[in-house]
Amino acid sequence: MSAVPAQGPTADGGALGVVRRGWRALAWYVTGVLGESDYQRYVAHLRRVHQDAEVPTVRDYWRDRYAAQDANPGARCC
Amino acid sequence: MRSPEHVELVRNNPDLPPVAVIDRRPMTTGKKLIFAAIGLVAAIAWALVAFVRGESVNGAYFVVAAVGTYVIAYRFYARLIEYKVVRPRDDRATPAEEHENGRDFAPTDRRVLFGHHFAAIAGAGPLVGPVLAAQMGYLPGTLWIIIGAVLAGCVQDYLVLWLSTRRRGRSLGQMIRDEMGSIGGAAGLIGVFVIMIIILAVLALVVVNALAESPWGVFSVGMTIPIALFMGVYLRYLRPGRVAEVSVIGVALLVLAIVAGGWVADTAWGAETFTLEPVTVAWLIVGYGFLASVLPVWLLLAPRDYLSTFMKVGTIVLLAVGVIIAQPAVQAPAVSSFAIEGNGPAFAGSLFPFLFITIACGALSGFHALISSGTSPKLVEKESQLRLIGYGGMLTESFVAIMALVTAISIDQNLYFTMNAPATLTGGEPGTAADYVNGLGLAGPPATAADIQGAADAVGEESIISRTGGAPTLAFGMSQILGSFLGGASLQAFWYHFAIMFEALFILTTVDAGTRVARFMLSDTLGNLGGPLRRFRDPSWRVGAWICSVVVCGLWGAILLMGVTDPLGGINSLFPLFGIANQLLAAMALALVTVVVVKKGYLKWAWIPAVPLVWDLAVTMTASFQKIFSPEPSLGFWAQHNAFREARDAGETSFGTAADPAAMDSVIRNTFLQGTLAIVFAVLVLIVALVALWVCVKAIRAGGLPTTEEPDSRSATFAPSSLVSTDAEREVAAQWTAYYQEHPDQLRTGTHA
Repeated sequence: MSAVPAQGPTADGGALGVVRRGWRALAWYVTGVLGESDYQRYVAHLRRVHQDAEVPTVRDYWRDRYAAQDANPGARCC
Repeated sequence: MRSPEHVELVRNNPDLPPVAVIDRRPMTTGKKLIFAAIGLVAAIAWALVAFVRGESVNGAYFVVAAVGTYVIAYRFYARLIEYKVVRPRDDRATPAEEHENGRDFAPTDRRVLFGHHFAAIAGAGPLVGPVLAAQMGYLPGTLWIIIGAVLAGCVQDYLVLWLSTRRRGRSLGQMIRDEMGSIGGAAGLIGVFVIMIIILAVLALVVVNALAESPWGVFSVGMTIPIALFMGVYLRYLRPGRVAEVSVIGVALLVLAIVAGGWVADTAWGAETFTLEPVTVAWLIVGYGFLASVLPVWLLLAPRDYLSTFMKVGTIVLLAVGVIIAQPAVQAPAVSSFAIEGNGPAFAGSLFPFLFITIACGALSGFHALISSGTSPKLVEKESQLRLIGYGGMLTESFVAIMALVTAISIDQNLYFTMNAPATLTGGEPGTAADYVNGLGLAGPPATAADIQGAADAVGEESIISRTGGAPTLAFGMSQILGSFLGGASLQAFWYHFAIMFEALFILTTVDAGTRVARFMLSDTLGNLGGPLRRFRDPSWRVGAWICSVVVCGLWGAILLMGVTDPLGGINSLFPLFGIANQLLAAMALALVTVVVVKKGYLKWAWIPAVPLVWDLAVTMTASFQKIFSPEPSLGFWAQHNAFREARDAGETSFGTAADPAAMDSVIRNTFLQGTLAIVFAVLVLIVALVALWVCVKAIRAGGLPTTEEPDSRSATFAPSSLVSTDAEREVAAQWTAYYQEHPDQLRTGTHA
């Protein structure tokens, strides 16, 4: 699911907790925009909807994905 | 929750928490005061920009005026469009929910999707256009970038995104055919293809002008290819899926390549190897486009895209911070004489219509309609988020354009015109260039040859004379702004090449992806003709891929080479064509939106897309008319063509800016092609506009007509609509969290195809 990772109050709290939460939020955002977290999203989708389907490895997932991009490119703007 | 009586919670299934929040609560007094204050501050900034004259105009006023206007427009005008036209229904499943497959259809957090969408729409366009338009002074460009975005560009992006989201993410060409019939559809399809070709050629020309005779630039931009190949191999074989990690490594290597470019350019062999003629650079870029089109995506295209996204966001933030900290003083006049007389050196033509043609991206860009139909509609979670993605994304691009304009108008005017006038005017030498700019009647002290050479030395270039195309000018301005607080004069050369590098990176990413897209459009069209050509439909048929890549690269490569060798200065004649093409695409998109709005029976609100459509048609048709029929050779393609023909027929061996018969022949050839393209564009758009008018009349007579919107499908999930969740949205989200904790097996049972 595409939601910010749970950010409950951390045990240590204080400044360190804020830094840690900030870092986690940043990592969540950057990996989201670049598409790195798409693999987790795909696996979650398979587990949820096609329980009996085989879950591909990270390597296979990206191979398939780039192959799909090869066949169906997306435009970039000027 | 505050005043819950105005909040309606919509449920599709009584056993599930609500899927939508309809919030009709009036604004709180506190919020009203905040918006009033923002409006007031923006109005003061506008007054300062519009009425204060002389060197006291501060670059930061532009930022305040722009951001204030954006906030008000987003809160009020975009909201009006939402209420009256879009009428989002969050109880309806979006394509991402309905057809979820975890890959191209996948519900994506609105904030992530905003970043995604922005990275796809923003490129070099909003950086280059405002820089060229700065020759007309700062006021016309500022007004058009901000007002144009609010009333035209954002409206187009938002509404096309809406249409495509209600049609399973269909493309612009397909939607035109579905809603306006096969004639409009065919004109639209050909138009998109031709426009794509001209856009690729002009963008490549900008890169050529930035890299020619610049060993530093050629080395560092050239290094992006091995860096991308390394990243591709790393992602495929070493650490698959580590996209963020490899991007950080790539950016570090990129910075190293910029620094190393300075060292290499300082050595004798480096200067000799990497100082390239414009024609050589052009051939290299055509070759690159071809390779990128036939090589597998994972090897070159995908890693370059990661680099480009990273650099894009980073540099834009850096520039925004730079403008706010450095607060550069504006050097340009409010309105220059070129705006009125239409004889500017960067591009010909008077304010109306050519300012609105030159600044396309950043105010109204038809190319966005291609992005807004396709990828983003397949990722959005709720229809009410479209305002943030579509309208908000374009506002951000408009902000980038304002930054570029501020950068350009804070450059010394003598240097600005030295860089942006074609070599035939400046003579290419510091002495002749100084004489040329001193003859323009600019404000401020006259330029000397030493000033001009000194500016080139400061950024580590051999010369800055006639470096047209916008990119070098922007890079020069950025190097002054960033150098003023980061590293001073010693780092100015680094910042200049940093800026050149990131612009080239953007543009090459557009060129390689665009070549590929155009190749697929061509092979699809050929395949649909049937017969033995049917084989072109198979994307894995390598021979077909090669043939189509050669054709596409040949088409834009020919226009590029034409621009590079043009004795009149390629940017001068081709950039208006690029702007016209882009704005004509916008006319097609706005015509489609208007047709659908009328068909749906929202006649009373049809002015929302129709006003920008009529304005855009007026601009593009006037510009096309002048480019085709103007008797003024500097403006009209055919007038120029005939003047050179007559001179050649009269046996003259040099004419105007062409020094020999070969140059005369190339002007005759180029103007013929440019004139023909201008006619083709105008005819295609007129066809689409007339078909749109006809369909609208039919729809009005019939009191509305059915559209090709997909039937409703009920949503079974919830997501907040605005950037920051409201209290009501947080409460519903908490209900869903609690529900999933109770029923972990129910976690998003999307109705899945």
